[in-house]
Amino acid sequence: LHTQTDLTIVKMTEREERRFAEVPRESIKLMAESSGVELSEEVAALLAEDVCYRLREATQNSSQFMRHAKRRKLSVEDLNRALRWSNTETICGYGAQDALPFRPLKEGELFFVEDREINLVELALATNIPKGCAETMVRVHVSYLDGKGNLEPQGTVPTAVQSLSEDLLKYYQQITRAILGEDPHLMKVALLDLQSNSKIAALLPYFVYVISGVKSVSHDLDQLNRLLHMVKSLVQNPYLYLGSYVRSLVSSVMYCILEPLAASINPLNDHWTLRDYAALLLSHIFWTHGDLVSGLYHQILLSLQKVLSDPVRPLCSHYGAVVGLHALGWKAVERVLYPHLPAYWANLQAVLDDYSVSNAQVKADGHKVYGAILVAVERLLKMKALSLTLAAEGSGAGLPGTTTGAVGFRENSPGLSPPPEPLSEPPLGIASHLQAGGAGCPWEEWTPVSLPAMYCELYSFFGDSLAVRFSTGPPLGGATPPGPCQPLEGRKEPASSAPNLENTRKMPQLTASMNISPRRDGSPRSPLSSSSRPGRSTSQSRDIFPKARFPLPQAGPPAFSFIIGGRQMGRRCQGRRFQTSFTPTPPLTTHPPRAYAHKLPVIGRVSKPVRRWTCSHYSLHLPL
Amino acid sequence: MAAVQDGPMELDAEKEAKPEILSDGTSNLSGNTASGTLSSSPLTAAPAGGAPKMEDQQTLIAVLQFLKRNKLSESVEILRREAGLGEHQEGSQATDGSGGGKGDGDGGDANSLLSRVSITSAAAPQSMPVKSDCIINIFRCDLPFMFMLSEDQPDVSVVLSAYSQQGDPPLYQVYYSGLKNFIESVLDCHRAELSQLFYPLFVHMYLELVYNNHETEAKAFFDKFSGDQECYYQDDLHILCGLTKKEHLKGNEVLLDFRTSRFVLHISRDSYQLLKRHLQERHNNQIWNIIQEHLYIDIFDGMPRSKSQIDSMSGSLAGEAKREVNKAKVFYGLLKEPEIEVPLDDEDDEAENEEGKPKKKKTKKDSLGSKSKKQDPNAPQQNRIPLPELKDSDKLDKIMYMKESTKRIRLGPENLPSICFYTFLNAFQGLTAVDFTDDSSLLAGGFADSTVRVWSVTPKKLRKVKSAGELNVIEKESDDVLERIMDEKTASESKILHGHSGPVYGVSFSPDRNYLLSSSEDGTVRLWSLQTFTCLVGYKGHNYPVWDTHFSPFGYYFVSGGHDRVARLWATDHYQPLRIFAGHLADVTCTRFHPNSNYVATGSTDRTVRLWDVLNANCVRILTGHKGPIHSLAFSPNGKFLASGSTDGRVLLWDIGHGLMIGELKGHTDTIYALKFSRDGEILASGSMDNTVRLWDSMKAFDEVETDDFTATTGHIHLPDNSQELLLGMYHSKSTPVTHLHFTRRNLLLAAGAYNSQ
Repeated sequence: LHTQTDLTIVKMTEREERRFAEVPRESIKLMAESSGVELSEEVAALLAEDVCYRLREATQNSSQFMRHAKRRKLSVEDLNRALRWSNTETICGYGAQDALPFRPLKEGELFFVEDREINLVELALATNIPKGCAETMVRVHVSYLDGKGNLEPQGTVPTAVQSLSEDLLKYYQQITRAILGEDPHLMKVALLDLQSNSKIAALLPYFVYVISGVKSVSHDLDQLNRLLHMVKSLVQNPYLYLGSYVRSLVSSVMYCILEPLAASINPLNDHWTLRDYAALLLSHIFWTHGDLVSGLYHQILLSLQKVLSDPVRPLCSHYGAVVGLHALGWKAVERVLYPHLPAYWANLQAVLDDYSVSNAQVKADGHKVYGAILVAVERLLKMKALSLTLAAEGSGAGLPGTTTGAVGFRENSPGLSPPPEPLSEPPLGIASHLQAGGAGCPWEEWTPVSLPAMYCELYSFFGDSLAVRFSTGPPLGGATPPGPCQPLEGRKEPASSAPNLENTRKMPQLTASMNISPRRDGSPRSPLSSSSRPGRSTSQSRDIFPKARFPLPQAGPPAFSFIIGGRQMGRRCQGRRFQTSFTPTPPLTTHPPRAYAHKLPVIGRVSKPVRRWTCSHYSLHLPL
Repeated sequence: MAAVQDGPMELDAEKEAKPEILSDGTSNLSGNTASGTLSSSPLTAAPAGGAPKMEDQQTLIAVLQFLKRNKLSESVEILRREAGLGEHQEGSQATDGSGGGKGDGDGGDANSLLSRVSITSAAAPQSMPVKSDCIINIFRCDLPFMFMLSEDQPDVSVVLSAYSQQGDPPLYQVYYSGLKNFIESVLDCHRAELSQLFYPLFVHMYLELVYNNHETEAKAFFDKFSGDQECYYQDDLHILCGLTKKEHLKGNEVLLDFRTSRFVLHISRDSYQLLKRHLQERHNNQIWNIIQEHLYIDIFDGMPRSKSQIDSMSGSLAGEAKREVNKAKVFYGLLKEPEIEVPLDDEDDEAENEEGKPKKKKTKKDSLGSKSKKQDPNAPQQNRIPLPELKDSDKLDKIMYMKESTKRIRLGPENLPSICFYTFLNAFQGLTAVDFTDDSSLLAGGFADSTVRVWSVTPKKLRKVKSAGELNVIEKESDDVLERIMDEKTASESKILHGHSGPVYGVSFSPDRNYLLSSSEDGTVRLWSLQTFTCLVGYKGHNYPVWDTHFSPFGYYFVSGGHDRVARLWATDHYQPLRIFAGHLADVTCTRFHPNSNYVATGSTDRTVRLWDVLNANCVRILTGHKGPIHSLAFSPNGKFLASGSTDGRVLLWDIGHGLMIGELKGHTDTIYALKFSRDGEILASGSMDNTVRLWDSMKAFDEVETDDFTATTGHIHLPDNSQELLLGMYHSKSTPVTHLHFTRRNLLLAAGAYNSQ
């Protein structure tokens, strides 16, 4: 306690009778010389003695700070506090907790503190994850029960990053090498292990860090794919608690969805599939781990919306935003994509209307976006109708599914919310997530649009491309349908319906008995592809809800002509005719028919079907 | 000058049944020093003796003179009229005043008093900020302290100049060894008593040498005799041996304390006569002078004390307490419990459910009730200190408490409590203070990084009240309005309170769990709301690190103590202290309220425990015997006993009524930071830096003490060395020093501390 030797270079005195260290006059003289002052022997001696005394005093004063901080070890901070209270300058640069080695110099009887220089640049750019400060927490343990010790283990102290054992380090190296390496078989094994290993919690931050490397490999689709697979394995590992790492994973995945990747410069690279896959992954992360980070859903939606509303962004980014929204469920589409559609439509149409050669690539991209939007809104319509049905069923028999039903659903009362698709409409409830978001966001002003109005509007955009059909008669509740939704050009009246035009146009009452196609035919996907146009000229006997009207893909002719009923708000325009020819689909004997590929061939999903997602032969659709 | 009339009115007010808060005199302190002084003086009975009435008048006259001198004739008129003082009275009293009644010669005249204070405060050297500040503060709040002050703490040069008379430096060693030889040659029974002289004489002689610039002689003197001193003075000797220059004397606070206070010794008349005869025979004036000037020898009639008796009581910075200071009557009894109608049916239902013996429970409850109705003869008057009225929520809590206490486990040597340990993980050596609420639902920690953190230790999460805008929308009439005002979004297990700018050394919950106090190195005490989790008030006054703070058991009042050597009593709604407890010679390290809220106990680095009367800020007990700074205090639940723990690892037990040490619990090997009695007082738990919790049989310790009249009057007690018998259990933690202990209402022991990974 009576030494403060680490402050200054001290020569130990030879005088035995003193019980504390002293600063000898030689040191004082040396220090004075170094600052350019010449001291006489006398003055140096006096100074030395005084310095000694002051140091001891400061040390004694600092010990009370130690005592009150309930510590045994005197810290530099304690001394600094004592100095501060005695109006003395404090010493800087010794705040680290680590012990400072105090070394003797053999030749000169000198002692010094080892103080290595630190290269800040190296420190800043070091790639290893620095060990952070773990959060202060309290844990309770019954230590003694009726005076007897409780031997139940207390567990270890949680740290920010637990130090890795040799084995774990090895595992980490092997796994990353396997996943990012060339051997696809090895990769599969590695991913499988990552998905089921229960002892890799300590490695999680490292893997998350590796995954965050997506930004540096945006030119390499293959690597991006592998990293996404790694995400998927981590997410599916039931033993891992992702905690706040979810945020980091989500941002990596979002990068793959939204960013104009370097790889997408080359049109031959199928970055679309990557985006689809990433979107699926995103929704999967969200539905399974979204509760770990509050407001995550809101943040995701905001960033998707930001991309979508930014006309400067390339179309591939827009595409990513749309598939992302689609993957997050129909509510996300309803909230973000649907209100934004009128504004976006103008931009998209400009692209699609430009037939110049130089625009060919962009136009192709535009069709991609178009297709993605179409798929998204079709599911929106379908699910909304379904929810209304359920709402009507839930709210009592005989009560027609009016707008109140819709409102009831929006409010997400527990009895109504569980829709048949567990992943797309989770019991978490989207509404609650939205409410968790801060005030003043556009969500607060959002009001639901009734199904008929929505259908009318969407129909004005897509025309017959919309596979989901409702009659567009006078809407319920007396609300006038927005925009012209009366007989649309090229729209064939189903022959089976009543001859009276007025009758057929009447919106089927949205009641429990409402007839909705999607759930009828077992496969929810088939109606989506109903807009494949062969039926357009031939289907005189088309039902309101067409099902399986398209020809078998094998029988399809190599060339299709179809109409996109392009229609802008308030402006009627000709449905656009697309003449597209494409190479016949390769024989699909091993795979089920990919309906979507026939509907919008330009999307070009034919050559590279996504099969990585389990049981998904239709990449935009969630595995149910 | 209406303040003058406040005096008698105030006393009346205190007799009224309506609780009135002790705030009266202090609110106007900051404005006019003189009026503030007047109004508060009746509250603080003059410690230096003399009737308060007399002093009042003198003070008035002093003020009159001051006003006159400053040509404020109108005010003079008003004051004279209101005080009912005649012109002649003034003159005669003034001359009287200077002649006597005060402790020192020149303290009576107000002019000299005022100027003296200003000189002291202005002249106090920069190196001694604590002193000068302390003086100013005392003056501002309570003039009567000045009288005590002038006796106890004259300014530096006066103290030091006492050393100017000197003998021949080389002879000091001769004098001292002469006395040493004499004491060693006397009869055994006297030797122990006279040996007490060694240490104070040694210190004073050494300092005299140093003061007169005889450095080499001082060193030689120190080297020769420092080995003879009692081992418990080692810490002081360490400091002493570094002092070799006159200049250093001025700035050293510890030594200044030694100088300014007279070292008190208890010596029997026989031994004293022996000593006196010896010194007179040898004409050893040097030593005799020191004894006359710097020591206070309290002579008693009777048997000389034994070595162990002396050792048990000595050790403090200024020797033992004078006997007369511990003579004041202390009302240590508990206040009558307010009568609250317990919903009986409810209680019985529960009792039935629990044990199926509703009858038995009922009788038990009745006995509880009758106990609270009977007035304890040792209890203070119910309204001696105005206490806040009970709110409905307090009554509910009282009912809860009663219900819980019926389920309390009766502890004893055969029935030890279970211990739950709350371990702070990843605190990085930063945990400095811990407190639990009385109902054990909340846990607060003060940290070296200036934060205070509050944890909920029940599944109920901590929620903030909604913002003002949101609160406006709430339907105020609804039954669950209290639930509605809480913001569910803010629910979390813990909250962090930011506001201090230095380590937080003390935290204390209010009994109603609505507030939290924290005291910090930054010199402030802060009051936090546990509804909004924001800081409500910063109480400034200490100006130096505040080591501890503690809420009164009835709420509203709290006490704080710090580096400025005073403890202060505050009320939550006053930004200035209501009372200042000055007298400790070194930092006040820990503060505790007596269960009846009429007294405050403080522990200090000067190795004494003092008990202060909240009513008049008098020191009513000085308890010596600790050999190191005191870091923990605990009152027994019945208010009769006090336990104190210090850095030397010993717990001392005190009888408050007699002011006696009644037990010494040895066993801990490091500083004791936590002490707590079980709810019924049968068990004392102590927690220490040595990573152990020890349980002591406090019932046995209290019972075995024979408090016959003789011991009570002389204060000489034979302490049985029975620590091992009293130790009921010792419980280790792995590597967690125990910072806080708490008994739940059902007598489960909760301990808290920060895990130390190194």
